[in-house]
Amino acid sequence: MIDPFNIIITGVGGQGNVLAARMLGNTLAKAGYYVTIGETFGASQRGGSVMSHLRISKESAWSPQIPKGKAHLIIALEPVESLRVLAAYGNRDVKIVSNTRPIYPVGVICGDLAYPSLPDLNSAVAQLCDDARFINATEEAVALGHPILSNVIMVGAAAGLGLLPIDDEAFKSVISENVPESKIEINMKAYRKGKEMVGDPVKF
Amino acid sequence: MLLSKSEGKEFLLMGNQAIARGALEAGVSVAAGYPGTPSSEIIENLASVAPEADLYVEWSVNEKVSLEVAAAGSFAGLRSLCVMKQNGVNVASDFLLHLVLSGTRGGMVLIPCDDPGAISSVNEGESRYFARLMEIPLLEPGDFQEAKDMTKWAFSLSEELGNVVMLRSVTRLSHASGNVKLGALNRTKPAAKFNFSGNLLDAKTGPVITAPVPFRHTQQQGKLKKAAALFETSPFNRYEGPENPELLIITSSACYLYSREALRVLDTEKRAGILKLGTTWPLPPELLKKHLAAAEKVLIVEEVLPFLEENIKILAMENIDSIGKIKFFGKNDGTLPSVNEMNPDYVIKAISSILNIPYTGMPEEYEKSGQILSFTKSPNRELTFCPGCPHRASYWSINRALTLNGENGFVCGDIGCYTMAILPAGFGTIKTAHSMGSGTGVASGFGKLKSFGMNQPVVSVCGDSTFFHAGMPALVNAVHNNSDMLLVILDNSGTAMTGFQPHPGIPSGAAGNELPSVDIEGICRSIGAKTFTADPFNVAETEKKVLEIIENERGPRVLIMRQGCALSPEKKGKKKYNVSVDSNICKGSDCGCNRLCTRVFRCPGLVCDSATGKAMIDEIICAGCGVCADICPSGAIKRSEVAL
Repeated sequence: MIDPFNIIITGVGGQGNVLAARMLGNTLAKAGYYVTIGETFGASQRGGSVMSHLRISKESAWSPQIPKGKAHLIIALEPVESLRVLAAYGNRDVKIVSNTRPIYPVGVICGDLAYPSLPDLNSAVAQLCDDARFINATEEAVALGHPILSNVIMVGAAAGLGLLPIDDEAFKSVISENVPESKIEINMKAYRKGKEMVGDPVKF
Repeated sequence: MLLSKSEGKEFLLMGNQAIARGALEAGVSVAAGYPGTPSSEIIENLASVAPEADLYVEWSVNEKVSLEVAAAGSFAGLRSLCVMKQNGVNVASDFLLHLVLSGTRGGMVLIPCDDPGAISSVNEGESRYFARLMEIPLLEPGDFQEAKDMTKWAFSLSEELGNVVMLRSVTRLSHASGNVKLGALNRTKPAAKFNFSGNLLDAKTGPVITAPVPFRHTQQQGKLKKAAALFETSPFNRYEGPENPELLIITSSACYLYSREALRVLDTEKRAGILKLGTTWPLPPELLKKHLAAAEKVLIVEEVLPFLEENIKILAMENIDSIGKIKFFGKNDGTLPSVNEMNPDYVIKAISSILNIPYTGMPEEYEKSGQILSFTKSPNRELTFCPGCPHRASYWSINRALTLNGENGFVCGDIGCYTMAILPAGFGTIKTAHSMGSGTGVASGFGKLKSFGMNQPVVSVCGDSTFFHAGMPALVNAVHNNSDMLLVILDNSGTAMTGFQPHPGIPSGAAGNELPSVDIEGICRSIGAKTFTADPFNVAETEKKVLEIIENERGPRVLIMRQGCALSPEKKGKKKYNVSVDSNICKGSDCGCNRLCTRVFRCPGLVCDSATGKAMIDEIICAGCGVCADICPSGAIKRSEVAL
């Protein structure tokens, strides 16, 4: 693993970004890593973009903000947010896992702004990074029973890239601490589904 | 985790959780505060364990009262904590000025959480200057472990000195998380007793007063000198780096993490060193002198204003004979900005320019295409009120009434979610916005300008929590001075913006305990303001009422618009109405109203279908408030009550 390994989880208020960051962070902390999470959730309930920076290191704690251009992995819970993050923290070698389900900004909803089509977005992202994978996480989560599981699918997808020392059992123990016992299996199922999906992303 | 007995166990903790745990390890008994981002989780965490841990925790009416409540705990010999966001210290500062003179008994810690960069604020105020102004010790944790450990230490330091200690956090510690090892937790329930029968001049047994001032002030300054001496050997001040660094960085708080990162990124840890200060007022002079003497170039990294920089420069000047000449870099020479929050890039840039080390964060070409692609392909996410938010409906009526009145009336805004009415979300209705309660104070002033020919209708808005916090004195002022203004209280039943903390109008306390509530309408009437009420979801009636009150009533008036926040536990996920658009009636872009519903009303649940230009409801996002049915001039939007 590159040390420190810099992850950005990006999305929109209400998507559970902070929770996803904690799940991932706690899993890695359990594995003995120093984890720093910086969260920007001031506008979280009001339609704004929400971003978490995760720094993972064997050596020591790192700052809660990733330097410009130095992300190693971007997990986008909402597709256009990946592009916004790339512009500030991206580089050709960064890996992206992105959900395909858009959440339209109010400017798009009211007809003032345009939202790009997925192929259009994919080609914009491809101009800035060599390895971006889009997966239908929300769709799959709905099939599993609840859209909120899309975050677990996304964390599973990130784990499936094999870049991080994420242990399935450690993830399970984190999930167990955060959900009722009856929900553990469905969360693990979502996690495994994410791991599987990242190997077979949406083709454009 | 908060009450875990597993000493030495490591957790990934948010800074505010670490602070709460530190207070518990210190044996805190009383905690009070007023909600404000990024500080709120400290009191929330303590409230969550209040009954089990024998704690008294309250959300006070405002920051000044919270400091007074916490001080009472200290006067009675208990350890007490007071928490607020940065600008809260301004509110509490009058009591603080006197508290620091009388001194404290049980360990008392004041924790302001600053918000550099105003990520969740309408200012980027500095609490650090208050420590110097009030002549009290200032502690600044440099990471998450220190957030816990220094909070714990702050209580014993306060007892050792006999005065309140300030511990300052910032957004990037409070709302960030890191590894924290727990310390021992041995909670006992101490008995409270206020002793006052001793000698007038005895700080421990006499009355707690500020007189005689020269005597107490001398004592206070003695405490500060003692603090400086203690800080010389504090483990929270430490140096990392070569013996004679080419560049000495002096820093504190989250800036320590940025500075350390910058040195590593530039691979320059052998050339430059970091003096990380955990005690930033008063400065420990001998420690500073020793490190300044070993350096010729010094960079001071802090956010926002040059607080450390100024104090270090004074110390360096006073000791120039032993320290020698130093070239300082920091805010004053423009090496670092004195607005906005710090980040690793600012520090990397500063060090690379001072030591002449090339660094590229992002190649210029990449940056350029990134900006263009992001600008053209990722549509801006403007902030807006939630679907079903009563504020959108309230501002719709206020804005329409002022427009119909046609006398160029305006609204003086206040602090809460509803401040967003400076944006299209609230139709740009707010024309002044400052601090808690100020909308009504400013309106009270505007309402007295008739004799100078100002005939514009004057309206202020204020939330329920803000009304109790600082709106009440402003309303009293308006009534007493017979100001011609209307205060609209946007009562959504909670301190919604910061996460639904209760306030005096709510029948429960911080720990969910039952409490008497104070009636806003009754207060307004008893003050002597003509008081009206409205349900903002009844758009037609509310608009009519606002217009009538503006046109037909004079003097100080209050209109309480009551409707619960869409995110309140009682309302969230429960639709009152099923809403739909009849596409046969909706004329879309051809409607004479210029798409009032989607273009102007702008609720995220009401979508403009790009194919047809017509409106439609997004069932997933719509909260079912039904307000948009009243907006459509053609009656194309239908609502039907959801059967319970």
